[in-house]
Amino acid sequence: MSNSAIAASGLRKAYGDKVVLDGIDLDVPVGTVFSLLGPNGAGKTTTVNVLTTLLKADAGTAFVAGHDVATETKAVRAAIGVTGQFAAVDELLSGQENLQLVADLKHVGPRMSKRIITDLLERFDLTESAQKLVSTYSGGMRRKLDLAMTLVGNPQIIFLDEPTTGLDPRSRRTMWDIVRGLVADGTTIFLTTQYLDEADQLANRIAVLDQGRLVAQGTPEELKRQVPGSHVRLRFASVHELDAAARVFPDATRDDENLALRVPGDGGVKSLQALLGRLNEYSIDAEELSVHTPDLDDVFLALTGHANTEVSA
Amino acid sequence: MSADSLTMLRRNFKHTARNPVTVFNAVLMPIVMMLMFVYILGNAFSVGVKYIDYATPGMILLAITYGLSATATEVNSDMTTGLINRLRVMDVSRGAVLTGHVVVTMLRTLLSIAAIIGVAFGLGFRPAAGFGDWAAVIGILVAACFATSWLTVALGLAAKTVQSAGLATVPLIMLPFFSSAIVPADKMGQGVRQFAEYQPFTPVIESIRGLLDGAPSAGYTAAALGWCAGIAIVGYVWAVATFRKRV
Repeated sequence: MSNSAIAASGLRKAYGDKVVLDGIDLDVPVGTVFSLLGPNGAGKTTTVNVLTTLLKADAGTAFVAGHDVATETKAVRAAIGVTGQFAAVDELLSGQENLQLVADLKHVGPRMSKRIITDLLERFDLTESAQKLVSTYSGGMRRKLDLAMTLVGNPQIIFLDEPTTGLDPRSRRTMWDIVRGLVADGTTIFLTTQYLDEADQLANRIAVLDQGRLVAQGTPEELKRQVPGSHVRLRFASVHELDAAARVFPDATRDDENLALRVPGDGGVKSLQALLGRLNEYSIDAEELSVHTPDLDDVFLALTGHANTEVSA
Repeated sequence: MSADSLTMLRRNFKHTARNPVTVFNAVLMPIVMMLMFVYILGNAFSVGVKYIDYATPGMILLAITYGLSATATEVNSDMTTGLINRLRVMDVSRGAVLTGHVVVTMLRTLLSIAAIIGVAFGLGFRPAAGFGDWAAVIGILVAACFATSWLTVALGLAAKTVQSAGLATVPLIMLPFFSSAIVPADKMGQGVRQFAEYQPFTPVIESIRGLLDGAPSAGYTAAALGWCAGIAIVGYVWAVATFRKRV
């Protein structure tokens, strides 16, 4: 358990006869980014709420920072920071006062808190608006402040529930950079998102959640490979060469116009080696080789049997 | 009070200070009502004594209830904006969150009570009360503030939206009008009169009226304190239970 920041097994939660979580198993190693990917209503927020002690699961166990979320809530809470789906900021306080509020509630001493707050405002590019009321902040600024508030007290594990939903592309990139910075400092990140490219960009491992079940888990690359449709594209200098290659790979599809051949395969190193081996064996010269893997949108469609209901940016 | 309670209290103070509508409702509205009743309507009521002397205790009650909707709204928006989850994950106690609201409401209300008594004096209010009577009046008012504050916190917690939280306090705000605040209950029509005689605010008003008049009524005072204790307990238990269920 020592290398797991978050370990859950068999988590279940139902409201009446509506099953929200139907046996969730997770393992997030320390210092990595784990992304829970799924459409609205898949159970992402419920999972976060269970792991952050805000909600009791009906069944199953979960350990966060080595502590049981059901029985050691205090120890879990001391180790985590949570940024929920809706910016949990105080509208009638300024940015600086919001941070001060959190620092006071975390019992950070006055001198220490002054330094932390100045640093955070700087880091999140909020120094200029620090004295303005949050009610005048833009959506992106609120999210940044929200995350800054989460970081007061340096939590080891940070939960980000749809941190970029509703943000414009520029703010999203800023948020991504912030997340990358946190990981570089050794923080473990549990991120939920409905954006496939976000999970692809940030996560070491992704779990796809659909209707309360994990339908797949793995690195972004592994997930992409699970989906049929990976292929290697070979381009040749002449029709002669293409003909020769087509005889070697009978299940490939020809693209005569571009003198190219699509060879189906999982895109893994082994199958690529085999392919190159055969080209070599038959002395066929390929001009160009490219591996095409489906993007996560394809993965989602293939794994859940339905398209991601949200438009991915 | 714990350090967290003080932190939350400071925050709620800032909220009140930055929300002029709250202060207007809590402090100015009762004064406007008082001016209206005393100057426009007062002479039309025959209550046996100078109207300002009769009306001041009732107006004090208005000063208590008019500030309540702001508290209900504040409590509810804490619950619905996600801030409460942040507080919970930081292990901020239920007590700190709720006490902060109760204390600020009480202080704001006591401020508006002081304002309305000041204005009443300006309008010719001349109570016969001695020091001891005033002390008793303050005691009853603090009890009434405490009770209504807890009840309002409960109403704010129980409401589903910020708007309905504000609305939930309307009956409380209306209650003084159906009491002996403005005119004696025995001048009211059937039904309303019985309601006015037996509702909680009437003994509160009558006990204050008696004390300020220099003729305290032990019965009304006991009834007033009893009601305050009852409302405070109901409010507290309801608030705590709702808080536990919600968060």
